[in-house]
Amino acid sequence: MNILVCISRVPDTASRILIGSDSKTIDPAGIKYVVNPYDEFGLEEALRLRTKNGGEVTAVTVGTAASTDVMRTALAMGADKVVLIKSENEPTDSFYVAKNIAELAKEISPDLILCGRQSVDYDSFQMTSVLAELLDMPSVSIVSALTVDSDKLTAERDIEGGKETVEAPLPCIISAQKGLNEPRYPKLPDIMKAKRKAIEERDAIPSEERVTISEMSILSKQRVGTILSDSDEDIAELVRLLHEDAKVI
Amino acid sequence: MSLNNNLTEDQILLRDTVRKFAEDIIKPQAKELDEKEEFSYDITRQMSEMGFLGAFLPEEYGGSELDYVSYIILVEELARIDSSQAATIAAHNSLGVGPLYYYGNKQQQNKYLPELAGGKLWGFGLTEPNAGSDAGNTQTTAVKDGNEWVLNGAKIFITNAGTDITLGSTVLAVTGEKANGKKELSCFLVENGTRGFTQKTMHEKMMWRASNTAELYFEDCRVPAENMLGEQGDGYKQMLGTLDNGRLSIAAMGLGLAQGAFDYALNYARERKTFGRAIATYQTNAFKLADIDMGIELARNYLYDTCRKLDRKERFSKESAICKLYCSEVAHTAANHCVQLLGGYGLMKEYDAERYYRDQKLLEIGEGTSEIQRLVISRMIGCYE
Ligand SMILES: Cc1cc2nc3c(=O)[nH]c(=O)nc-3n(C[C@H](O)[C@H](O)[C@H](O)COP(=O)(O)OP(=O)(O)OC[C@H]3O[C@@H](n4cnc5c(N)ncnc54)[C@H](O)[C@@H]3O)c2cc1C
Repeated sequence: MNILVCISRVPDTASRILIGSDSKTIDPAGIKYVVNPYDEFGLEEALRLRTKNGGEVTAVTVGTAASTDVMRTALAMGADKVVLIKSENEPTDSFYVAKNIAELAKEISPDLILCGRQSVDYDSFQMTSVLAELLDMPSVSIVSALTVDSDKLTAERDIEGGKETVEAPLPCIISAQKGLNEPRYPKLPDIMKAKRKAIEERDAIPSEERVTISEMSILSKQRVGTILSDSDEDIAELVRLLHEDAKVI
Repeated sequence: MSLNNNLTEDQILLRDTVRKFAEDIIKPQAKELDEKEEFSYDITRQMSEMGFLGAFLPEEYGGSELDYVSYIILVEELARIDSSQAATIAAHNSLGVGPLYYYGNKQQQNKYLPELAGGKLWGFGLTEPNAGSDAGNTQTTAVKDGNEWVLNGAKIFITNAGTDITLGSTVLAVTGEKANGKKELSCFLVENGTRGFTQKTMHEKMMWRASNTAELYFEDCRVPAENMLGEQGDGYKQMLGTLDNGRLSIAAMGLGLAQGAFDYALNYARERKTFGRAIATYQTNAFKLADIDMGIELARNYLYDTCRKLDRKERFSKESAICKLYCSEVAHTAANHCVQLLGGYGLMKEYDAERYYRDQKLLEIGEGTSEIQRLVISRMIGCYE
């Protein structure tokens, strides 16, 4: 069983994000980039399916030349092959990314394609659907449990207030939701071996950008936490906050 | 977040991986293990599965084949969260595995290293009740009897030597007198379970409470002649070489602890308000934090640079003493300021500041006290010639 895992390179959520001088891009200086957390669920699931069913796991990312770091992570976690499709600028248009991944998918004909439910940088939520359309495959999004048989898959989806179980024939595309699995930590020997493995690089095929960013801005700084004391007033304030803001009591 | 200090992609990945492991697996248990003074077999097993126990050993022994910078980052990231677990890893690799790998013969390496990379621990018994800084005053003796050596004496403060998963310890003993009248010292590999060899775990430690520290007793303990490490009389040289390496891992513990205490203090100082303002905005506090940040940046760059020297096989004895001394003093300042910035809360066990404050103190004492490091450095710059 051959599996293709799509990996997006995103700023670590702990990074302080600044907008570039063109007001349209994120300033990469000082940002730490990581594998998109939802894609880690996808990769982990692929590795587990490989252990069970055999086959090969290929990880792909469409990104700038700097994206070798996330490819290295994929290798250390256990991907058999990684492909970096190099674009000149950081890609922001989902169609452009999907188009490039679809071309690779046509070459390697995977039985299953795994994406994350969203990429936590631009959050377009479009990859799974656009990819499915381009490849004419069924797609199931926001999957929190997955079983794969020889020619079909069964997936559990979180829906408002409940769960839904669906079936789809292979080949198929799914997007991973938190809870699908616990991604492994790469082991140290595997990290050291990953540096000797090859990253296949190819240039992105040019394709029109269907959506372009015209402007980005940052919301004025909001306090994320509040420290209260144990005075009577603050206790009353805590009760009010829990009741009115957090709505938990 | 600070500079990447010219780290390679794999070193950054290793750092992030160990950081996550330490935060997810170790952090939730650290306080309780410290309180109960309990060595965790479960965490040690998980660290072993991650490849932390054979950090720089080659693959043929089941090791992770880390370069020295990567090994130091491993220890640093553990110490950022918990000194006890960092101590288990640093002592095992630098003091346990190190001498066997660097000075052992092929037969000894094949016998012990795979197990030591795969979940068992090994101690390094140098210190005695009457021989700490003054290791030349070692009183444990080994006398040759046929094809065996007979050991008598005692060791104290030996890390990892008394757990259920300890395979044995390297033991320094007097094997004769040199021509100049000084003691001739040699190292022996002594397996736990050998008759006449007992280990007694020490309790009531102020720091590293979840790390194992043991006293070792030798009463007519017989070990086969092939258990000598290297040649007879090599002991002193082996010990100095081992400590040169070991100091870098203690330095890494200082750096990691300083970073942990700094992050904790900065976070708190930006949140805590007095007189209507965050305490970080009072210059006296802000400058403390600036000073720690400066110390950490300098310590990290110097330490990594010294490790690169070691990787290039250049001499690094003076640099390693500087690393150990400087990093442990930065850790001392960081932990001290951290408690101060937390005020009364800093003194309570509920907050990590208190544990950083206790754990930090060992770093100025173990593997050569700060005074001894200054002695090493002053000798090397020619003060006494
Ligand atoms: C938790 C823990 C773990 C340890 N793990 C190990 C281990 O795994 N293996 C091992 O072999 N040892 C280990 N040690 C022992 C440690 O290395 C020694 O405690 C240390 O070297 C100091 O020796 P000492 O305690 O005998 O102090 P002493 O040597 O008695 O020193 C007492 C004081 O005198 C000062 N002093 C001594 N000589 C001089 C001098 N010439 N000039 C100026 N000042 C001087 C010292 O700096 C110190 O302040 C461990 C200790 C602890 C607490």
